[in-house]
Amino acid sequence: MGNLIRFLSKNSFLFLFLFLLFVSFTLLVQNNNYQNSKFFNSSNFLIGNLYSTVNNVNEYFNLKEINSELAEQNAKLKSVQINNFYQVYGNVFLINDTTYSQKYVYTSAKAINNSTNKRENYITINKGAVNGIKAGMGVVSAMGVVGTVKNVSENFCSVMSVLHEKNAVSAKIKKSGYIGSLVWELGNYRIAGLKDIPNHVKLTKGDTIITSGYSSVYPEGELIGIIQDFDLPEGNNFYNIKIELAVDYKKLSHVFIVKSLIKVEQEKLEELNGN
Amino acid sequence: MVINVLKHSGLFILLVLFQGLILNNVEFGGYVVPFLYVVFILALPFETPSWLVLVLGFVLGITVDIFSSTLGMHASASVLMAFARAYLLKMMAPRGGYEFNSKPNIQFMGLAWYSLYALILIFSHHLFLFYLESFKLTQFFQTFGRAVASTFFTILLVFVVQLFNYKSTTKS
Repeated sequence: MGNLIRFLSKNSFLFLFLFLLFVSFTLLVQNNNYQNSKFFNSSNFLIGNLYSTVNNVNEYFNLKEINSELAEQNAKLKSVQINNFYQVYGNVFLINDTTYSQKYVYTSAKAINNSTNKRENYITINKGAVNGIKAGMGVVSAMGVVGTVKNVSENFCSVMSVLHEKNAVSAKIKKSGYIGSLVWELGNYRIAGLKDIPNHVKLTKGDTIITSGYSSVYPEGELIGIIQDFDLPEGNNFYNIKIELAVDYKKLSHVFIVKSLIKVEQEKLEELNGN
Repeated sequence: MVINVLKHSGLFILLVLFQGLILNNVEFGGYVVPFLYVVFILALPFETPSWLVLVLGFVLGITVDIFSSTLGMHASASVLMAFARAYLLKMMAPRGGYEFNSKPNIQFMGLAWYSLYALILIFSHHLFLFYLESFKLTQFFQTFGRAVASTFFTILLVFVVQLFNYKSTTKS
């Protein structure tokens, strides 16, 4: 026993070292998962408070980063804001009157895709079947005629633009009232041709061309363009007229879809004649 | 004696705070972390009983551990360092022993002595610490590299601290 005590006291330094090392290792192993250390971790009162104070200071250094993060979040929130959504129902304005029976209703819409450089140009518009859009409806903009609805999906419709070689718009010379057919002849997206104007009609450059309203796709009097140039080929009964289109199709954004309330009735009646 | 205790207590608090709040956030390429707090063990006077050095090393390590949520890691490394310090001081003692009232710093012991003293102790501490941290030998060379690089930066800081000490003592 005496030997043992002598041995221990002689090597007390070594044993103290081994003891402390043992304690450290025990702590290390026991608290390997530091979430489990209930007291000696950075969430205890003293050091927790110290860290929150330091964090207050550190925040200032991170302001730039936080700002950009917030800006990003703002952008995200903005994108879910109500005015970033189109209205599925609405934007349809009806006039109720007994003396007049309404012929056309307008639905405001926005062109979301557009082309002007093909033979057959189509415009995609952000209103579709859920908005009551049907194929065959007319599309006008504030500047003038845009086209005819060709295909309708749930939320969108594609519009056969005036700049489509198969799209003929019934047009009228405003001054004289003569009716022709507007056909786009490729190439320049600002110029279209007007056909079927007989050679006895007096024309001037700058005459206004409007829709005739005969087909009841467009209301009567929608602007199409003005006469840019015309000529009468030798031995021909009809003029060759170049129309400068009123609508710049490359800048198209807000449009109105025209729904004719009498179109079905008119077409039914006209079908009887055909038979 | 009392002044010495107060001085070292102040150094202790200062080093622990500096380590916990600043240096623990310093990472050169996510690889190198300087552990300046070990300078406390280096700076203890020669006359300090070796058991006290061990205990102080343990307390120092635990305190740093609390800051970095790695309970036991720094403590064991610091205890090892304190243990090694006692033997190293015996080995490096000049002929006739250390002068009374001299301290283990550049001013008293010279640059060469201090450099060797600091290098051996810091490197042993860091090597132990980093291997304990990784706790596996698969990344042997990577861990070794971390220890070497961190030792380099710690020693750099230790010399900066020594520079401060040097100036203040020559003035007074």
